[in-house]
Amino acid sequence: MTDSPPDLMCRDLTKDFDTFRAVDHVSFDVPQGSFFSILGPSGCGKTTLLRMIAGFQTPSAGDLQIKGKSMIGVPPNKRPVSMVFQHLALFPTMNIGDNVGFGLRQRGVSKSDIKSRVDRVLDRVGLPGVTDRRVDQLSGGQKQRVAIARCMVLEPDVLLLDEPLGALDLKLREHMKVELKSLQAAFNTTFVYITHDQSEALVMSDNIAVMNNGTFEQIGTPHEVYHSPNTAFVAGFVGDANIITATVTARDGNTLALTTQTGGTLSLETHDASLNAGQETQVFLRPEVIELIQPGSAPEDAVNVSEGIIESVLFNGANSMVTVTDRNGAHMKVALPQTGSSTAVQKGDAVLTRWHPTQAQCFAMAQD
Amino acid sequence: MSDTSRLGFYLLLAPILLWLVVLIILPHIGLFVVSISEKTGPRTYETGFGNYAAFFGEPLYWRTFARTAIMSILATVLTLILGFPIAYYIAKLTRGRTKTTLFLMCMIPFWVSELVRTFGWMILLRETGVVSNVLQYLGLVSGPVELLYNDAAIMVGLVYTSILFMVVPLVTTLDSLDDSLIEAGYDLGGSSTAILREIVIPHAKPGIVSGCIVVFMLSLGNYLTPILLGGKDSLWFTGMIYTQFITRFNWELGSAFGFLLLILSSLVVFLGLKLSGQSLSETMGRA
Amino acid sequence: MKTALIPSIVIASALAAPIAHADTLRLLTWGGYAPEEVIAKFEAETGHTVEVTTSNNEEMIAKLRATNGGGFDLAQPSQDRITSAQEEFGIYKPIDMARVNAGQFIPSMLSATAGNTTFDGEVYGLPHVWGTSGLVVDTAKAGNVQDYADLCDASLAGKVSYRLKRPTLIGFAYSMDLDPFAAYGDPAAYQAILDKVEAKLTDCKANVKTYWGGGDEIKNLLRSGEVVASMAWDTGGWQLNADNPDITFVAPKAGALGWIDTFVLPARGRADDAAYDWINFVMRPDIAAMITNTAGNFTAAVDGDAGVSADLKARYQGSFDQAAIDNIKWYPPVPAGLEAMEGATLDRINAAK
Repeated sequence: MTDSPPDLMCRDLTKDFDTFRAVDHVSFDVPQGSFFSILGPSGCGKTTLLRMIAGFQTPSAGDLQIKGKSMIGVPPNKRPVSMVFQHLALFPTMNIGDNVGFGLRQRGVSKSDIKSRVDRVLDRVGLPGVTDRRVDQLSGGQKQRVAIARCMVLEPDVLLLDEPLGALDLKLREHMKVELKSLQAAFNTTFVYITHDQSEALVMSDNIAVMNNGTFEQIGTPHEVYHSPNTAFVAGFVGDANIITATVTARDGNTLALTTQTGGTLSLETHDASLNAGQETQVFLRPEVIELIQPGSAPEDAVNVSEGIIESVLFNGANSMVTVTDRNGAHMKVALPQTGSSTAVQKGDAVLTRWHPTQAQCFAMAQD
Repeated sequence: MSDTSRLGFYLLLAPILLWLVVLIILPHIGLFVVSISEKTGPRTYETGFGNYAAFFGEPLYWRTFARTAIMSILATVLTLILGFPIAYYIAKLTRGRTKTTLFLMCMIPFWVSELVRTFGWMILLRETGVVSNVLQYLGLVSGPVELLYNDAAIMVGLVYTSILFMVVPLVTTLDSLDDSLIEAGYDLGGSSTAILREIVIPHAKPGIVSGCIVVFMLSLGNYLTPILLGGKDSLWFTGMIYTQFITRFNWELGSAFGFLLLILSSLVVFLGLKLSGQSLSETMGRA
Repeated sequence: MKTALIPSIVIASALAAPIAHADTLRLLTWGGYAPEEVIAKFEAETGHTVEVTTSNNEEMIAKLRATNGGGFDLAQPSQDRITSAQEEFGIYKPIDMARVNAGQFIPSMLSATAGNTTFDGEVYGLPHVWGTSGLVVDTAKAGNVQDYADLCDASLAGKVSYRLKRPTLIGFAYSMDLDPFAAYGDPAAYQAILDKVEAKLTDCKANVKTYWGGGDEIKNLLRSGEVVASMAWDTGGWQLNADNPDITFVAPKAGALGWIDTFVLPARGRADDAAYDWINFVMRPDIAAMITNTAGNFTAAVDGDAGVSADLKARYQGSFDQAAIDNIKWYPPVPAGLEAMEGATLDRINAAK
C-alpha cells in the first residue's frame, strides 16, 4: 500500500489572474480514503484551488495528479473527480432518479444498471424511494445527500466539496457534519472539502490545510493545527485565542520572559530559535488553557499568575466564558470549566488567572 | 373586500376589459360575421359558409395557406437555431458592458421601420446589389447573381426581422440558469452536447417556446417582407388577404381568410405547447 | 327692437358668410396631383385648407367603402372604376354640373367621361388627368420590344417585368389580336379571352424577373439595368428618359391603354363647396400646367398644355405620333363582377409553375 501514489497530489500549483495571484505554489498530498479540508477566509484562493482540481480552471504552473496521473489538460468531464457544489447544483428540470443517474447515462451504462445503481446509492445515503420526487420536494438535508449520492454513484477517486453546508441552518449543519464524516467513512472515498468554518474542518477532517493569501500556512491533523499552529495566522484563525502583544525581555534556553504592552510580565516556552530579547511578538493564549483560582491560593513561585476582576460572564452552555480585567487594565477571555465548580463566578469577583508556559504560542510580530 | 377596494378593483379592471372587448373581441366578431356573408348580387348578401368553401375549393388558396404556415415554421426554426447561440453567448459568456453592447446591437435594426430594413436587404441582395458586386469582385462568380425574388430571400428577411424576439426571451431564461448547473454537468462526465440537451435546453424551454410563438406569429402575419423580397412564385397568405380586401373588393372572402389565419396560428401555437409540454401561462409568465 | 335687430342680422350674416366658405377639403388623390405650390395658391385664394391623402384606385375605393363614402370630400379614381363601385357600394354622390365651370374642360373629354360615369341617369365623374400605360424599354438592350407580347421573347429571359394586375391582361389580349373591351358586356366571350391570355402569361412567366408592385420599384429595376423592358406608365418612362436617354416609353403596336383620372364626390363628403372650388381652380390652364409638370401627365383642361415644359412635350411627342394617339385604347367602365373573373385568372397565373 505504501508505494501506491496518493489519490491527489499537487506540486507547486499556481494560478495567476490578470491582477493578482490567487494560488501561489501550493503543494500537498491527500492519501486514499482520507478526509482533507482546506480552511481559509473568503478570498484566500481555496475555491480557485478546488476548481483547478475539478478542472474548471487551468493552473498557470505546477502539476496536479490524481492516482499518479497528471490532470493537466484533462477536461472536467474526463477527470475521476466529482464535485458537490456550494448550492448543490441539482438539476431542477429532472427528478431525483434522473439527477443521480445523470453521470451514469453519460457513461452509457444500460438503463436497468442505472436504475439499480441509483437505488443502491440512494439507499446508502439513507434516502430510499425518492427517485420520482422533484428536487423542490426535498428538504435541505435531503438535497445534500442527493448531491453526494449523485457524485458517489460514479465512484470517483476524489470527491470535492465546496462549502456545501453553508446554506443550511445551524442545527442541520451540526447534524450534517457528523453525517458527512460517516458517509465518507462508509464510502471510503477521498474527500477534499473547502470551508471557511473552522468547526466544520476540525470536526470532519483527517487533515486540514489552512490557507491564506494563496498559500498553505500549515498542513496537519486538526489537533496539530489547533494546538501547535505554525504561524500567527493559523493560531488566530483556528479556534479562539487571546492575542497579547509583548516584547521579549530575556531568553533562557527555550524559556522566554516577556513584557506586555500594558506592563504585565509573561513567561512561556518556545521552540522558535529566532525569538530573542528585544523582539516584538504576539502571544496567542486559548481561553481554555487559563485557569481561574481563588485569590491567595496560588503558590509563591508560580508564573503567569495575575490578579483580576471578573468583568462579565458570557453564559453559553458548554462554551461559557468570562472576561477578566487585570491590574493593568488588559482584558482576557477565560473559558469556564464544565465541572460545575465555576457556577459561583459572578461579575465583580476578584480572581487569579494562571496558565502554563507551554500552553501559549508566541510568534514574531509580522513586519509591516 | 370593502366597498372602496371593490370599486378600485373594478376601476383597475375597466381598461383591460375595455381593451379586450373593443380592440380584440369586437373586431373578431365583426370579421367572422363578414366572413359568413356571401354576395349574391350588388349590395345583396346571404349568410352561409360559401367563402370557406371557396377557400378549400381553390388549390391556390389552401396551398398558399399551407406554404405560409410551413415557411413560417421553417423561419421560426431557423431563427431559433441562429438565435440560441447568440443568446447563449450574451447570457453566459459576456459580462457587464459587453453584454449591454451586444444586446443593443441586436436591437439596432429595430430603430428603423420594417420597410427600411426590407429595402436594406433589397439593396444588398439585388442583381446589381452589394453582395453580387462583392462576389464578382472576389472572382467567385463570373457575372451578376440575382439573390432577390426567391424564397431564400424571404427567409433571410423573416429571420432578420424576428431574431430579436427570439433572442430576448432566450437571454432572459438563460440568464437565470445557474452556471454551476452547467459545471455540474461537465463534472459528472457530460459532453457539451449532453449538457445542452439535458440541462440547458430543458431550462431554456419556456424561453424557447415563447420566442418561437412570437416569431411564428410575426412571420405568419408578415406582409412587407414576403411581398418585397419574394419572387413571382413566392405567395404569402397575408398578401392574399390584402388582395381580396383591396384589389378584388371581396371583403367576405378576405374575412374568411383572416379568420382561417387566426385559427391556424392558434392551432400551431397550441400544438407547439402540447409537443413541448408547456402551458401558455407558464411560458408567458416566465419568459 | 326692430331697428336694433336688423343691423345685428346684417353683421351676423356678414361674419357668417366667409366662415361658411372656409372649409377643410379632405382630398383623396394620386401622388403628384396636388403639388404643394398649387395647394398654397388655392388656400390663399379661397381661404379653404387642403388635407391630401395619396392613394391608388383600389385603395381609394376600399377606404371609401370602409366608411360608406365618408372621411373625404373629393376623390380621384379612374373613370372606369366609378359606376361599378357606385352600383356595389354606393360610395359617391352625383356631380352638380351647374356648379362646375364646364368651359374649362376639353368638351370631348368632358362628354366622354360623363358618358362613362353615368349611373342611374346621374353623372358621377369629371375628367382631370389622363395618361397611358404601355411599355418602358431600354432601347439599347431591347430595341426589339414593340408590343406587349414581345416581353415574352426568349432573348429577354429574366430581364422583363410587369404587374400581375388587370392592365396586363388587357394589354396582352390586344397584342394577341383580341378585343377585351368589346367583350366587357359578354362574360362568356370575356372569359374566353382571359383563358387565352392566361395561357400566354403562364408560358411567359419564366421570362419575368419579378412582378413589380410599386412605381418606384419598377423605376429602380429599369434604372439599374436589371430589367430592360416592362409594362409601365408613360410618365415613369419619361422620368427615366431624363436620366438615361436609352430608356423611354414606347406606345405598343397594339395600342397604349388610356386612362382618365376623375373628380368624384364621396357620398358622405362634408365640404362640397370646397370640392367644387378645387375642381374649378385646378382646371384653370395655369394650374393645370403646374400639375402636368409635377405629375408628368396631361390634363383635360382647355389650353392646359400651354404652360407645360418643353422637355415633357418633346418626350410625349417622341412616344406618341398621331397614329399612336388614335390607337390608344381607352378603358371603358368596368362592369361589376368582371374583377372577380380577372382575379381568378390572375390567381391561376400566379400559382402556375
